[in-house]
Amino acid sequence: MKIHEYQGKQLLKKFGVAVPRGVFCQSVDEAVKAAESLGGNLWVVKAQIHAGGRGKGGGVKVAKSLDEVREFAGQILGMQLVTHQTGPVGQKVRRLLIEEGADIRKEYYVAALTDRTTQTVAMMASSEGGMDIEKVAHDTPEKILKVFVDPEEGLSAKQAAELATGIGVPAASVDSAVAALQGLFKCYMETDASLAEINPLILEGDGNIKAIDAKFNFDSNALYRQPEIMAFRDLDEEDPDELEASKHDLSYISLDGNIGCLVNGAGLAMATMDTIKYFGAEPANFLDVGGGATTDKVTSAFQIMLKNPKVKGILVNIFGGIMRCDTIATGVVAAARETHLSVPLVVRMKGTNEDIGKKILSDSGLPIITADSMADAATKIVAAVK
Amino acid sequence: MSILINKDTKIITQGMTGKTGQFHTEKCQEYANGKNCFVAGVNPKKAGESLLGIPIFGSVKDAAAETGATVSVIYVPPPGAAAAIWEAVEADLDLVVCITEGIPVRDMLVVRNRMKKREAAGGKKTLLLGPNCPGLITPDEVKIGIMPGHIHRHGRIGVVSRSGTLTYEAVGQLTEIGLGQSTAVGTGGDPINGLKHIDIMRLFNDDPDTDAVIMIGEIGGPDEADAAMWCKANMKKPIVGFIAGVTAPAGKRMGHAGALISGGADTADAKLAIMEECGFTVTRDPSEMGKLIKKLI
Repeated sequence: MKIHEYQGKQLLKKFGVAVPRGVFCQSVDEAVKAAESLGGNLWVVKAQIHAGGRGKGGGVKVAKSLDEVREFAGQILGMQLVTHQTGPVGQKVRRLLIEEGADIRKEYYVAALTDRTTQTVAMMASSEGGMDIEKVAHDTPEKILKVFVDPEEGLSAKQAAELATGIGVPAASVDSAVAALQGLFKCYMETDASLAEINPLILEGDGNIKAIDAKFNFDSNALYRQPEIMAFRDLDEEDPDELEASKHDLSYISLDGNIGCLVNGAGLAMATMDTIKYFGAEPANFLDVGGGATTDKVTSAFQIMLKNPKVKGILVNIFGGIMRCDTIATGVVAAARETHLSVPLVVRMKGTNEDIGKKILSDSGLPIITADSMADAATKIVAAVK
Repeated sequence: MSILINKDTKIITQGMTGKTGQFHTEKCQEYANGKNCFVAGVNPKKAGESLLGIPIFGSVKDAAAETGATVSVIYVPPPGAAAAIWEAVEADLDLVVCITEGIPVRDMLVVRNRMKKREAAGGKKTLLLGPNCPGLITPDEVKIGIMPGHIHRHGRIGVVSRSGTLTYEAVGQLTEIGLGQSTAVGTGGDPINGLKHIDIMRLFNDDPDTDAVIMIGEIGGPDEADAAMWCKANMKKPIVGFIAGVTAPAGKRMGHAGALISGGADTADAKLAIMEECGFTVTRDPSEMGKLIKKLI
């Protein structure tokens, strides 16, 4: 689960990482009032959406007067902000962060994330702040420093100081950087984050270290014990179809192709998508119905797939283990009737009660095409939609 | 022979008295020598009782001491699952199989680091399979986990995969063309887990009764590439490889918590290329896995 920058900064502040003073706003008037209350003569107006690359898309502007704050807030609020992470349609801006300006002398990059190879938390730091870190990793990997931290031992002051010195933080500001790094680590652990990134972390003219941006991602398995993080959830930022699917306990991701697929198991679902592509078409979605599919669940799955106007055919691929093929077949027949299915449907089922399942399909009188193997199923659905 | 488990393995079930644990324990008992293999359950509140004819103990330590069991399988719900793994490790078991899906990553990080430190300090090395895995099966001997027993057949092909249903798919193809399995292992879909592809490939390489292996992977993480590099230098048996997720978009979590493309090297295409370089017979059509193995042996 992702959160907004202003929420991320609230978390960082709580864990002792300095951030600029700022106010979260939802209207132009609020934005102007916020700038007035912050004082000074320089403000930053920042669009709050979950995608990165907001600055390049015109979602972050520096205002030198209250009039400019009003003007920029008016431009940004309500705009469809397009970045490299939003896709071509962009994301509507509903929230703003108004911040005091910062006296930036140097920009750094710091992040915490789970490292699968060492099974520790990797603390990363780079002198190349404010840039696309993936580009830095590719072009100049020597400019990214890493330390691997045992989750129970935590990031020591010595490790943090090595990182800070390594990325060129001046001696007088190392203590401040150590506090920021240790705060980031603690925040990462205690909030069950899967990524916590500050880009840039800045050095100000007075020697202070501050987080100018905050990007977080959280482990969805741990949200049950993180009520504060759950309260940050913004449903406006989530894909409506994926959200609807999650309500029915379905794992769904929409894609660009025209063949809907319904599969049990994440690995088999991906393999089914790949098989569709291998035989010359593109999948319209990833959909894992999980282990306990009921008629209602299958019907919901069909409704969600069919909401996508690009879908020209559906492929159902089930390997019955705990889930029995007859249960799925009953669900598929009911769903096809309920949704008045008008696109071709290919069903391939294997495993527990396969024969009973196949009989239910053929007895239904519906024009369901059955298949034996994944290749057979993919070939048939690709032919049917051409 | 087989890897990790056989008909003489004695098993403790942690979380046996819950709905899921009870359901699967019954299925495991019904399979091959299961009645003799599943010897203990654990539930501190029900110590001294029994369920499905299996005695329940107050702790893993007690269960192991009383029954001589060396393996445990865990169905404990996510909030308590990492603690259940640690309890089994502290009881010095040989192998812990964690079926539970949805364990917080932080809990797994903590327990994995504790396991490594315990081992480094001279403690017994306990192997962990999973979490979020289907378990493992040595056909016609014993099944530990949630896979459908009837699709398997005793034989000489090893199968390893992160995914449950994709393992069943490979097993189903083999059985259909008359090839049995020595052992089929699901390593699980979570980012922080125990045994990885490389560990299972090592075991299959050393198993005199495994002739060839189907290795199935998916997007995300370095496991398949690590295993491929090891196999290039060491593996003496033919391998058929498949990676799921060629069509998966970057940055999206595809069902499994660990199935997320986060760099350049963990895409399906990159993994397929490394496996091919390392001498695997790779396929982009998962329906072919069984047929390709048949050609190789």
